[in-house]
Amino acid sequence: MASSLLRSDRAGWGFAIPAFALIGTFIVLPFFFAFYLSLTNQRLISPNPTEFVGIDNYRNLLGVAVVTLEPERGDDGTVLRDEDGNIEYPSLRSVTRNDDTPQYRGMREWFRWSSGDDARVVIARDVVFMKALVNTFTFVLVVAPCQAALALGLALLINQRLRGINVFRGIYYMPVVVSIVVVSLLWRFIYDGQDGLLNNLLSGLTFGMFQPVDWLGNPSTALGSIIVMSIWQAVGFHMVIWLAGLQTISPTLYEAADIEGATKWQRFRFVTWPGLRNTAVLILIVITMQCFALFAQIDVMTKGGPLDSTQTLVFQAVERGYGKQDISGGSTISVLLFLIVLCISLIQRWLTRERT
Amino acid sequence: MATIRLKDVRKNYGEVQVIKGVNIDIDEGEFVVFVGPSGCGKSTLLRMIAGLEDISSGTLEIGGRVVNDLPPKERGIAMVFQSYAIFPHMTVRENVAFGLTLSGTPKAEKERKVAEAARILQMEHLLDRRPSQLSGGQRQRVAIGRAIVRDPAVFLFDEPLSNLDAALRMDMRMEIGKLHQSLNASMIYVTHDQVEAMTLADKIVVLRGGEVMQIGSPMELYHNPANLFVAGFLGAPSMNFMTVDVRDLGAEGATIANGSLDPISVGTKGRPIVKGGKATLGIRPQYIQPTAPDQGMLHGTVALTERLGSETVVDVTLRDGSQVIAAIAEDRVLQPGSEIGLSFDPALAHLFDEALT
Repeated sequence: MASSLLRSDRAGWGFAIPAFALIGTFIVLPFFFAFYLSLTNQRLISPNPTEFVGIDNYRNLLGVAVVTLEPERGDDGTVLRDEDGNIEYPSLRSVTRNDDTPQYRGMREWFRWSSGDDARVVIARDVVFMKALVNTFTFVLVVAPCQAALALGLALLINQRLRGINVFRGIYYMPVVVSIVVVSLLWRFIYDGQDGLLNNLLSGLTFGMFQPVDWLGNPSTALGSIIVMSIWQAVGFHMVIWLAGLQTISPTLYEAADIEGATKWQRFRFVTWPGLRNTAVLILIVITMQCFALFAQIDVMTKGGPLDSTQTLVFQAVERGYGKQDISGGSTISVLLFLIVLCISLIQRWLTRERT
Repeated sequence: MATIRLKDVRKNYGEVQVIKGVNIDIDEGEFVVFVGPSGCGKSTLLRMIAGLEDISSGTLEIGGRVVNDLPPKERGIAMVFQSYAIFPHMTVRENVAFGLTLSGTPKAEKERKVAEAARILQMEHLLDRRPSQLSGGQRQRVAIGRAIVRDPAVFLFDEPLSNLDAALRMDMRMEIGKLHQSLNASMIYVTHDQVEAMTLADKIVVLRGGEVMQIGSPMELYHNPANLFVAGFLGAPSMNFMTVDVRDLGAEGATIANGSLDPISVGTKGRPIVKGGKATLGIRPQYIQPTAPDQGMLHGTVALTERLGSETVVDVTLRDGSQVIAAIAEDRVLQPGSEIGLSFDPALAHLFDEALT
C-alpha cells in the first residue's frame, strides 16, 4: 500500500504538501504538544527547567469533595443561631487547613446545601474551573436546541416563493458576516446598565415601570444576556444550512402528501423532518462544537465576570495560558475540552445513527 | 367511480395561457389517456384535475360536484407520479398506508387494506423493505399501491412508466390495463408515448399547445384523424404527407395529383377542399405497397431500407425530391438507388385542407 501511495503522481503530492504542512504545523503538532504540556509544569516564560508532573494538573483542576459541617452547639447541645436565626457553622478553614485532613488542603467552597442541621459543602481544588465548566454546559444546553430550532423556523419561513424573500435572507444572514467581536461591542451598548438600548426600550414599552438592569454587570443576568446575543448572531448561519437541506427535498413528495390529505403539520412531520435528518445531525454537531468554543463574546463583554458568572472553558484556557503564563494549566483545560467534545460528538452520532 | 367533466378549463401564468379552454367528458370507469408532445399542457391539465394547480377559469366537476376550489384530498382522487414520490424513510408498508395513517384509520383496517393492495399488485414479499432496496418497477408498484388503498373514485397517472426500461414498461403497461379492469375505476393517464395511449385507452385526448386536437377511441383517432397533427402524431412510422394540387372536385371526392403522384380520387370527408387549390394528402406507411417502377401512382428511387425481419421500412425519394416512407409487412431486399413504384388504396388515404407547415 505504502509503495502505491508514493508511486502516485508527484504533482498530486506537490499540491497536497503545502496544505499538509500547514495542518501539521498549526493543528496536529499543537494538538499533541498540548497533551505533552498538560503533563508538565511548564510556564510560558520561565528560567526554571520543565518538570514532568504526571496527572497533577488534572488533579488540580478536577479535584472535588463533599464535606459535612456540623452546626456550632452551645454547652447544652442546642444549635447556635445568629441574629437572623440562621444556623452557625464552623468556618470551612477548620477542614481545609486542618492537619488531620491533609487531602482537603487548599480546596475552596464551590456551593453548599443543608441536610437537617448539618451543612454539606462541595469543595473544589479549582472553583473557577468548575464554574467555567458549569457555565459552558449551560451555554451549550440552552444555545444548541434554541439556535437549531430558531434557525429551522427561519429557514422554513424564507423557503417560500414570495416577492422580496431574498431581502429577508440577507437580513437574517447579516450578523454572521459581521465579526463576533464587533457584534459583542455593539451589544455592550445594547445591554448597558445606564443608558442601554434594551433598558430604554423596555422602560418605553412599560411606560417607565421597568427598572433598568445592568445586564452584563449582574451575575444573574450576564450569562443569559450573552446566550441571547450568541443565538441571534449565529442563527443565520444555521438557517442557511437548514435551507440547503430543505431544498434537497423533492417537491413531488410534498405534492404526494397533499394528494394524500396531509395537514401542514403532517407535511412537516412526514416529509420535511425525515428529509432533514442528515442536516439535523450536522447542525447539532456544529452548534455543539461552536458553543464549547465560546470565547470572543466573553473576552469582549465580561472577561468572565461578574463574580465568575460568565467564565467558560476556552476563556479560562486562554486566561491561564497567556494571562497567568500557566501554559500547562491552559493546555490541561484544552485537553479536557477536547475529550468532552469528542465524547459528546460520539454520543450524538450514536443517537442519530441510521437505524435499519 | 365517478364522472369527470371539464368545461372551458383554462390556465394562465400571468399573460401566458397554457391551457386554452379545454372541454372533456369522462364517463364512469373510463380509461382516458392525455397524449401530446412535451409542453402541450397534458401534465398541467392533470395537475389541475388533481388540485395541485389552480384553475384560472372554467369548471371542473368530479362525480357531479364542482371541485375547482377543493383541496386535493377532498376531490376523491389518487395520483401516481412519474418519479414515484414514495417516501424514502418509510418501509413499503408505511408508504402504502400513508394516506390511511394521515386520516387516523384504525390499525386493523389499515393492515387489511394494505394486504389487499399488496395482493392485487403481487408485492406481499416487499412490504417490509425500504424504497432504496427496490427496483424502479417495484417502486412504481408501491406508488400504485398507495393510490389503491385510498379507494379513490379517480386514478391519475402522470407518465408513470417513463422512468422504466422498455421491457419493464411493457409489463407494467399490461398490469395497469389489468388493474383498470379489476378496479373498474375511472383513470386518467398522461403520456407522450403513443403506444401506451393506443393500448390502454378507452378514449384518447390529443393535446397540442394547451388545446384539444381530437377526442375519441384509439381506432377512431387512428383511422379518422381530425387534422394533420393527430394524423401525424399517432402511428409509427408516422403518416406520410405530401402537398397536392386539387384538379377536380366531385361528389365522390377530389381528384388530386402532383409532380410525383399520378391523378387519383380521394374522399374529402366534408373538408373544405377548393378546386384548383392546394391540399395535403396523408397516407400511412403501412398502406403503401412497392410495385415495378412503371406501375403504381408514386414514382421515385429507394434511398434507404431498414430490415426489421417482420417488416421492411423503405425510404423513397420521389421525383419532386420529397420523401415517402413505406412499411412493407415482409422482409424484402430493395437496392438503394434503384427505381421503384408505389401504390396504395386511395380509400385509405386522407385529404386535409390544411397546408403542411
